[in-house]
Amino acid sequence: MTRSRFLRFAVVALAAFGLVLFACNDDDDNKGSGILQTVTDRGELKCGVKETQPGFGFLSPDGSRSGNDVEFCRAVAAAVLGNANKVEFVPASAQDRFELLASGEIDVLIRTTTWTASRDADLKGDFVTTTFYDGQGMMVSSDSGISTLEDLAGATICVTSGTTTEGNLDDQFQARGIAYTPLSFEDDAQIQAAFIEGRCDGWTADKSNLAGQRANFPDSAGGSAALTILGETLSKEPLGPVTPDNDSEWHAVVQWVVFGMIIADEFDITSENVGSAVSSPANRNVARLLGVGFDGNAPDDFGLGIPLDFMQKVLAQVGNFNEVYQRTLTPIGLGREGSLNASWLKGGAIYAPPMR
Amino acid sequence: MAAESLRGRRLWRSGRARRMATQAGFSVLLLIFLAYMVERASHLDLDIGFMDAPAGFQISHTFVFGFDSGESRLAAYFVAVTNTIRLVVVGILLATVIGVLAGVARLSDNWLVSRIATVYVEVVRNTPLLVQIIFWYTAVFLKLPRIEAERSLFDVAFLSNRALALPWPEPRGDFFTAWVIVLALALVPGYFVRRIRARREAETGQTMRPNLYSLGVVLGIAAIGFLVLGLPVGIDTPTIVSEEFTKGYVGGLSVTPEFAALLIALVMYTGSFIAEIVRGSIQALPRGQTEAAMAVGLTGYQRITLVILPQALRSMIPSLTNEYLNLTKNSSLAAAIAYADLFQISEIIINKAGHAVVMFIIVIITYQVMSFTISAFMAFINRRVQLVGA
Repeated sequence: MTRSRFLRFAVVALAAFGLVLFACNDDDDNKGSGILQTVTDRGELKCGVKETQPGFGFLSPDGSRSGNDVEFCRAVAAAVLGNANKVEFVPASAQDRFELLASGEIDVLIRTTTWTASRDADLKGDFVTTTFYDGQGMMVSSDSGISTLEDLAGATICVTSGTTTEGNLDDQFQARGIAYTPLSFEDDAQIQAAFIEGRCDGWTADKSNLAGQRANFPDSAGGSAALTILGETLSKEPLGPVTPDNDSEWHAVVQWVVFGMIIADEFDITSENVGSAVSSPANRNVARLLGVGFDGNAPDDFGLGIPLDFMQKVLAQVGNFNEVYQRTLTPIGLGREGSLNASWLKGGAIYAPPMR
Repeated sequence: MAAESLRGRRLWRSGRARRMATQAGFSVLLLIFLAYMVERASHLDLDIGFMDAPAGFQISHTFVFGFDSGESRLAAYFVAVTNTIRLVVVGILLATVIGVLAGVARLSDNWLVSRIATVYVEVVRNTPLLVQIIFWYTAVFLKLPRIEAERSLFDVAFLSNRALALPWPEPRGDFFTAWVIVLALALVPGYFVRRIRARREAETGQTMRPNLYSLGVVLGIAAIGFLVLGLPVGIDTPTIVSEEFTKGYVGGLSVTPEFAALLIALVMYTGSFIAEIVRGSIQALPRGQTEAAMAVGLTGYQRITLVILPQALRSMIPSLTNEYLNLTKNSSLAAAIAYADLFQISEIIINKAGHAVVMFIIVIITYQVMSFTISAFMAFINRRVQLVGA
């Protein structure tokens, strides 16, 4: 009798165990509904951002968020949900960001993420477009007299350890035949202390990172004026939003929100004049961008699956590409004029396909 | 109904049934876990071919063996291992000295000496090691003069926060290897001199100083060989190289602030634990040993070195081995202050090449080999010490 009791118990236990296994095995393959539908139903956009980098993704002690990446999150929310504040910001680390994306914890990742072949293919992310052309740069002390990489012959270079920083540094210095000694730090606090004390002549990291460090350089060490970022760029680091793999509907929405902001910049439509542009669009292309009719015709529907007037919401609540840039990146010393991040109309690389 | 529930209760109360159930459940879980691990492992690419590719990065600290970014990743890893070994060997030696001194000092009758040792032990062992490493680095060694304002000693040694640059011996001429062989061969007569004099000391009771004589024989042969082979070792003096905008040291031995900070932090930290081991082992000795040593008229120093420490050593060695292993493992905190130890370099290799699992297996095996070597050496010492007592 006890034996049968035991057996019954064992069967139940095994069944429960199998159920757990089965539940674990039940992959979330049901992508039928799509992220756009999920976000609309939820009424909130989950956006993976950085919280420690001024100018890109920064959470200030008072709880407010700022930065270029944060603004694009808000723009997507404005386009999809009509309200730029309907964003749940999820902190994403360099290590877990692609896992957050793949597991559906976040709907879009906008976190200074470099577009590379392996990330596109291997890590299952779909890159939207480039919102900021970054690159590894070199920062030196302003009074050192150093103005080019060649001046750093025989130098000790502090390196913010990263995925490719040591390698890019060596590639560039080997190509120029410059002898140097690297010092790889993992922590920004230590590298700053070492640089202030003159342990190294140069400091290399992505320019966006260097600009943030420069902006936060302590006044006791001379403040941001004590540091100069050299013009040379050691590597290509195009940063942009990433959507989960294999959801082209959602990918297109995020992509055209960004493109729309770039086009609005080209047409000079800002958060200030968007109202008058809506009531009297200057030409057919402006009308298409803002989702209004022109010459008595109905507004164009691009089939994005979001309200036709989405760019009106984006522009009114967030602004165009240039407004966002000037608000977030110019203050930390990353000027737009003359850089790759200028509009293609002004010799830069920021370009959007036509909206029609 | 009542009978049924009674039977049920009996089953739960039967220790045998409970044990069977737990064991069965545990076995099932273990099997699933093992099957999972084997399944995962079968997907692993365990090829270490990627270690042959050019490193593509420079190494900040090199010792004895130089490095260039064109060399293989394996060579980079090897250089990193020598950096760790340098840190660990010097660290263990200094930590032992500091630890023994502080441990003995804590028991000193001198109020000031024992208080200083107590404060050192209590402050250092109650603070996290990482905090201490960063303290030594940023608050002490980075505060040394900048290279523009460096201090020099007769232009043969230099001190700045780039490095302490010291003269260092280096092989000269073609006969360095020959001289190393002579040095090794000199150990043979040295060994016999020691044995003969030790036996005579034991037989006659006269002081024969076996260690001193044996050392003299070895050094004498080494010196003669040194002269005959035309001074095969020279002194490499560091010099300052000034480029237009930068300065640096070339030649000699460069003790960087990263190495110095790590070494001091590891030595002070481990030393504080060794001090407690030494104190405990001494206090565990019967008080009669000290009294007997006093009775035969030994001085304080002789009491410690001839009577107390040799006996305390027996109970100290197993705990000392633990501390040495801790120091070895703690050396992996080097990455916090940019010292190129094996863990930091393997992380850079992972960043460049991927293959994280293989690289971690290599790292784990390396630490295992180092730890086993230390354990084996300490076990050897332990046997020697026990034999002396037997």
